[in-house]
Amino acid sequence: MVRLKNIEELKKIRQEAQKDLLVRTQTGTRIIVGMGTCGIAAGAREVMHAILKELETRKIEAHVETVGCVGMCAKEPLVDIEQAGKSRVRYANILPENVPKLIEEHLVKGNVVQEWAIGRVDAKKV
Amino acid sequence: MRELSHHILDVLENAVEAGASAIKVHVEEDLKADRMVIEIVDNGCGMNPRVIERVFDPFYTTRTTRHVGLGLPLLRDAARRCEGDLDIQSEPGKGTRLKVTFRRSHIDRAPLGDMPAALLAILLSERPVDLEYSHTIGSEEFRLDSSEIKKELEDIPLTHPKVRSWILQTLQEGEAGLSDG
Repeated sequence: MVRLKNIEELKKIRQEAQKDLLVRTQTGTRIIVGMGTCGIAAGAREVMHAILKELETRKIEAHVETVGCVGMCAKEPLVDIEQAGKSRVRYANILPENVPKLIEEHLVKGNVVQEWAIGRVDAKKV
Repeated sequence: MRELSHHILDVLENAVEAGASAIKVHVEEDLKADRMVIEIVDNGCGMNPRVIERVFDPFYTTRTTRHVGLGLPLLRDAARRCEGDLDIQSEPGKGTRLKVTFRRSHIDRAPLGDMPAALLAILLSERPVDLEYSHTIGSEEFRLDSSEIKKELEDIPLTHPKVRSWILQTLQEGEAGLSDG
């Protein structure tokens, strides 16, 4: 069972999160990792884990989500980054060791990492 | 796939694609009988008998984005290599039940691997799903039910940075608390 201590922590998180949620969901950043069979086999779960760790280390609050196969299996692991007011950029063949540079360049400095980017995605069509 | 948790994540992803709103995952390690059983039950769209007949054909998939479907054939091969098997039952409109067995001590049995990361990947899915997870090793058990977490959180999503850290930590502590026999 989940220990009581953890449930207490969860209640505290809820109270803290309620205060800033509105701001974050309106102006937030989403990082989307492809998690179909092809993504998993190519290491997408490990990439997702590396992204979560990097965000935590740098204290960047971004939403991380997973999606199924989008049909670009040879390019997995795929990572899309979407920031409010900007178009969604798709990165291909991302490895866990690429994650620090990806976060640093795209999220911190605001530059698209041209060597890994394969295109922009219209969020409405995905 | 190098870990059983990769296969589990793959099946969970299939369930999400099948429109499931609730998924149960049970991993049972019976030390006395030397068996390991993984059971995954979802309430997705299910499959008719004609589709079930073909799910082990690597060149069959319901997807239109690609022409191969390797997930279940790979998992069944992994189980059969370890004196186990894969059984799948499904009913259109009701859901799918999948049961995979292994001889636990078989030298070819892949480790369960990083279950917390696999479960978190599904809980962070863009299509929200309730996940009930339990893992027993001998007489010890760890359970986590995401619907209980959601109840506590009210309107805060599981993808919230603080919430996902809490989930990962809780899963890691729970899994680490199970002794390996």
